[in-house]
Amino acid sequence: MDALQRAVYDPRMSVITKPNTYRAGADGQGHFGIFGGRYVAETLMPLILEVEKAYAAAKADPAFARELKSFQDHYAGRPSPLYFAERLTRHFGGAKIYFKRDELNHTGSHKINNCLGQILLARRMGKSRIIAETGAGQHGVATATVCARFGLQCVVYMGAKDIERQKPNVFRMKLLGAEVRPVDKGTATLKDAMNEALRDWVANVDSTYYLIGTAAGPHPYPTMVRDFQSIIGEEVRAQLQEQEGRLPDVLVACIGGGSNAIGLFHPFLDDKSVRIVGVEAAGKGVATGAHAASIAGGAPGVLHGNRTYLLQDANGQIQDAHSISAGLDYPGIGPEHSWLHSMGRVQYVSATDDEALEAFQLCSRIEGILPALEPAHAIAHVKKLAPTLPSSSLLVMNMCGRGDKDVFTVAEALGAKL
Amino acid sequence: MKNSSLSDTRVTRRFAALKRAGRPGFSAFVTAGDPTPGAFREILAGLPAAGADLIEVGVPFSDPMADGPSIQLSSQRSLKHGSSMKSVLADVAAFRKNDADTPIILMGYFNPIYRYGAEAFARDAAAAGADGVIVVDLPPEEADELCPALDASGLHMIFLTAPTSSGARLPAILKRASGFVYYVSVTGVTGTKLADEDHVKAAVARLRRHTQLPIAVGFGIKTPDAARAIGRHCDAIVVGSAIVDVIGKGGSPAEVLSFVRSLAGK
Repeated sequence: MDALQRAVYDPRMSVITKPNTYRAGADGQGHFGIFGGRYVAETLMPLILEVEKAYAAAKADPAFARELKSFQDHYAGRPSPLYFAERLTRHFGGAKIYFKRDELNHTGSHKINNCLGQILLARRMGKSRIIAETGAGQHGVATATVCARFGLQCVVYMGAKDIERQKPNVFRMKLLGAEVRPVDKGTATLKDAMNEALRDWVANVDSTYYLIGTAAGPHPYPTMVRDFQSIIGEEVRAQLQEQEGRLPDVLVACIGGGSNAIGLFHPFLDDKSVRIVGVEAAGKGVATGAHAASIAGGAPGVLHGNRTYLLQDANGQIQDAHSISAGLDYPGIGPEHSWLHSMGRVQYVSATDDEALEAFQLCSRIEGILPALEPAHAIAHVKKLAPTLPSSSLLVMNMCGRGDKDVFTVAEALGAKL
Repeated sequence: MKNSSLSDTRVTRRFAALKRAGRPGFSAFVTAGDPTPGAFREILAGLPAAGADLIEVGVPFSDPMADGPSIQLSSQRSLKHGSSMKSVLADVAAFRKNDADTPIILMGYFNPIYRYGAEAFARDAAAAGADGVIVVDLPPEEADELCPALDASGLHMIFLTAPTSSGARLPAILKRASGFVYYVSVTGVTGTKLADEDHVKAAVARLRRHTQLPIAVGFGIKTPDAARAIGRHCDAIVVGSAIVDVIGKGGSPAEVLSFVRSLAGK
């Protein structure tokens, strides 16, 4: 029996019923169906429980919500615009395409939404030192930013390979006062940075708060990160209502760990008419093995504190991911996405490096927006999807990051000399 | 729920014998397949004579999050030679042919077990001659997906307790524990910080108020002196990274076993 079949035959999942709502998870133990959970060493377990308790208290406190809202509005620049991409719509023909402009946030991506929420939580918990992992550097920059704003010590773990391909963000973090610690272990990318951050946390339990950047990791992180990112979907709902007077027909977002996607999707999960599509990174193609598409090319497993779809071999060893986008280059995916996949509520597709590169250039030329390589994967799928839909159809894609950080990578891929 | 068959095992018999002898046990950790499949079998076979009362066999994993550099590297060396759960269990079975008494505890992370299948793993590990399992990233909150399978196969589930485990948490951990309880003596990954004797003394005393099970202490013991000092306060001490370091530096099986003898006070 392979791992996928085992997951389906898991006793806790022996009766698959459609839930009344897709928005209630996780359960009290942090499970989304068989996914999620708290697979951490005992030393960390009490800390995870402390974060969960502190987050529950913050969530129930109107003062926390007020403080967060104030920083979202005046520091991050929310709400981000919902923009009708008129020329791209005409170019593709078909659905009316809107971009949720989360690349216009302070620090250039959606990552700030989560960092603001968690830094306020860390302060409530009395922590003086913040650690984080980063792949593309967007989460590292956002973390370094909020640490600078609140005067907290900041250590960011980053794979040595990622440091090499994301130099502008590394320097940005240093300017913001963070210490960037290169991780040369394992594959020297995001998963190894996360291992190293967990090792740091276990050794500095009293002073340190681990600010996880994606909707993965042990409970309560997947739920908490989703909650802080859900402002994306909530704004879309209100903005589209104002501009079009109705719900969207299709939502599209790229997925590495899946925080921008779950933020867009979650407020719409119970709106049956809304078709929801997540785009994983297919790298050189899922069939080549050089990709980061955990759902398309992985199987359920346990890593970094949660059960979810993972790229792994037959012996349960985690395999290298590959994507031109450092932010999607992770061999796992947030557990709620795994659950939404198993329930069939969200459709998961993939786009290759080449398709993303082409979309990156197209969007830059036609809309005057340099997308990050991450949302370029979403654009690549919109290119396939939009022409199949009627012109009355409303499609919202999350432009979750800007492409300035990627110009060197894109130049190299296109053979351009800078 | 504890299986009654777990009341008389190689583990319980070994701790009873140590108690009669009035000395703490010495547990040696080595990563299966490290540095090569052949050298590992030689080291494993020599450990009891070198003074190991118990043996912890590390099941290599690509992402050992609770381990420091020494054991991370040992996992990588082992995986490079293609080790797998199957090869680890074959190593245990080979050891068991010549040693009927020394308990073997498999220590590792959950994903290789999950991928193998909890029931198949428990059955095959018991058949190979393993006696217990430590799964670093399977706290009691998630342990129900493995404990029943281990129980049914007569294997001990050995839980970790840490300096951070509160008095309120301990009963939840200990009600599932059998064989012995592992106390992680430092907050940190393996092989980095040093265990503090006074801390260990107080922590073990606290644990004893909650359990009758023997208590093994590990995660910060590197030298024969530290082994002796910490051993005064518990039922067994565990040394891993320091042994694995000798292997990592290219030590021959004879050199590794000679270091183990020094740790065991032989």
